[in-house]
Amino acid sequence: MSQQQLSGAEILIRCLAEEKVEFVFGYPGGAVLNIYDEIFKQDKFKHVLVRHEQAAVHAADAYSRSSQKIGVCLVTSGPGVTNAVTGIATAYMDSIPMVVISGQVPTHAIGQDAFQECDTVGITRPCVKHNFLVKDVKDLAATLKKAFYIASTGRPGPVLVDIPKDVTANKCAFEYPKEITMRSYNPSGKGHSGQIKKAVQLLLEAKRPMIYAGGGVVLNDASVQLTKLVRMLGSPCTNTLMGLGGFPASDPQFVGMLGMHGTYEANMAMQDCDVLLAVGARFDDRVIGNPGHFFRDGRKIIHIDIDPSSISKRVKVDVPIVGYVRDVLDEMISQIHASEKKPDAAALTSWWTTIKGWQSKKCLNFKPSKPDGRIKPQAVVQALWKATGGDAIITSDVGQHQMWAAQYYPFDKPRRWINSGGLGTMGVGIPYAMGAQLANPDATVACITGEGSVQMCIQELSTCKQYHIPMKIINLNNRSLGMVRQWQEFFYGNRYAESYMDALPDFVKLAEAYGHVGMKIEKAGDVDGALREALALKDRLVFMVFITDETENVFPMIPGGKGLSEMILAEEL
Amino acid sequence: MRHILSILIENEAGALARVVGLFAARAYNIDSLSVATTEDTTMSRMTIVTHGSDDVIEQITKQLNKLIEVVKVVDLTDGNHIERELMLVKVRAAGKDRDEMKRMVDIFRGRILDVTDKSYTIELTGDSDKLDAFIAAIEPGTILETVRTGASGIGRGERILKI
Repeated sequence: MSQQQLSGAEILIRCLAEEKVEFVFGYPGGAVLNIYDEIFKQDKFKHVLVRHEQAAVHAADAYSRSSQKIGVCLVTSGPGVTNAVTGIATAYMDSIPMVVISGQVPTHAIGQDAFQECDTVGITRPCVKHNFLVKDVKDLAATLKKAFYIASTGRPGPVLVDIPKDVTANKCAFEYPKEITMRSYNPSGKGHSGQIKKAVQLLLEAKRPMIYAGGGVVLNDASVQLTKLVRMLGSPCTNTLMGLGGFPASDPQFVGMLGMHGTYEANMAMQDCDVLLAVGARFDDRVIGNPGHFFRDGRKIIHIDIDPSSISKRVKVDVPIVGYVRDVLDEMISQIHASEKKPDAAALTSWWTTIKGWQSKKCLNFKPSKPDGRIKPQAVVQALWKATGGDAIITSDVGQHQMWAAQYYPFDKPRRWINSGGLGTMGVGIPYAMGAQLANPDATVACITGEGSVQMCIQELSTCKQYHIPMKIINLNNRSLGMVRQWQEFFYGNRYAESYMDALPDFVKLAEAYGHVGMKIEKAGDVDGALREALALKDRLVFMVFITDETENVFPMIPGGKGLSEMILAEEL
Repeated sequence: MRHILSILIENEAGALARVVGLFAARAYNIDSLSVATTEDTTMSRMTIVTHGSDDVIEQITKQLNKLIEVVKVVDLTDGNHIERELMLVKVRAAGKDRDEMKRMVDIFRGRILDVTDKSYTIELTGDSDKLDAFIAAIEPGTILETVRTGASGIGRGERILKI
């Protein structure tokens, strides 16, 4: 008996069901009408209608970041895709597993400059892990299987599948492949055991060991292993912006975030250690500054990463280990257990004395305001941490508020801190909070943002209303593009070119217009109470506008082109 | 340093664009590129001649390997190898220059493929240096047109690039 024939659109729905997709974030249009017609008929997953395709991609991205699942989004051809590109590039820079499905004009119209046609595969090629154009409905199921496989294995990343409209209408028998093998794609797994042995030797002999862990630890769910290893070695540990929560911030061995706005102690320990273990991190420019200044004679560097091209790209390493960080850390832990050698206790004591000296600078201190004084943005983040018991999922946009969130909201668990680290995309905050809230319906989700960033995807307040997303928006409103203004103050002779936010809307009224609760807080003494009040409104979105001290800057700071030990501290100004 | 990279890649639409796009996006150099399918038509073999420091070549190789459709990458210049390039040159060959041009073609072991009263069309095969040397050896004013394929390379002896 011949098998039942399904249309491409039906096959797509069946494939998503096979992948146990819960949510598809999307926006309909001509080229995807067949698909939307099948979405209408099914109940396997929920479709979330955004107000702009960029937000669909960001929401799917955050869904992925805040859970261990793969985010999925669906956009139409032409402008649907071009609107999605910012979201795709954002996910690509942070290695987020995601599948983007885009409609395309019918195969016979491709290349004819048809209505809403664009070269989707060409436009997205540099910002996806891989992409496909499906020209035959018979290839659709296998292509989708490959897309999910590629997105989630090796160094994860977004994969785009472009489906022409006729392919969604054409029919064929459906079979979802159980497994996929590709001769050209075999991400390597466990790491070279000889190299791991060398690394363990170096770490056990180290006088001043340091562990530097990045987003790879979070993506590969290796926090438990990392924490265990750091405790066994007795070394300090720092996290990158992407790695926050990968090691518990409340642990005494945590020395804070490193990098351009990292702590004094973390940056100094990076420079002065004798053995540096980098785990799922890539020595990027915002982390180590100038590689020439970062170089130290005699310091040994061990680097674990799933992507060989991340190793020795900016900084030459002595012991490269290519593999999944979780597997490699597991192997290191068991080798340390088996080893007769123990970490050098005397050397560690003296190393920690040095580190405590750096910590005594209290580089994150800031002058608190009097109760009727102006609100310090840092104090709002600290108050939020207190009010949420340090256990909320925090999303941020990009700029000063992002750095303050990273500095003053210590994360004890991974997948609680959702931000655009690599691409630095303003506007992600609200859609990130949407995706994170849908993935974690019981969690408190707060979006720390600024009045600049928040306006870049503000239309999503409407999506939040439709799907009852009770996020709390913490808008640190300093009436200026703070980070731009900070650089202009430091490096451009106080010439504040276009960094002043004039003609701001009344955000309270705006929130109310979208059907949410708006609050405006202007005095330092009112911050705690307002946060408590907002968090008590469990089923409502509350848009909180904090009118903050616009003179505040982010410290410490490493000026561009400088090295980690060349920080500017607040007290030095 | 000059390097010759040999790449086995899935013979799929857009695969070449991924390789070329990678070089453009990361500001690597392509001196020449040649590509065609292999005896297994599902796969193509590409030869890219590039130059850069050891660090850059290492990154190029790693980045190429990262492309999903790339099956294998080998730097032929790491070992003994053979390199050949084909050049077609149309030259002016009239009067007293005509015999001299014929002699040069013989010295470089080229072949004359087409003849008119005033011109020769010459085929020349060899490594890229040899082709450069021919161009340098003949009177520049006599060259009407040149077209080169870019180098193709293969390892010597038992050195094989296959899956």
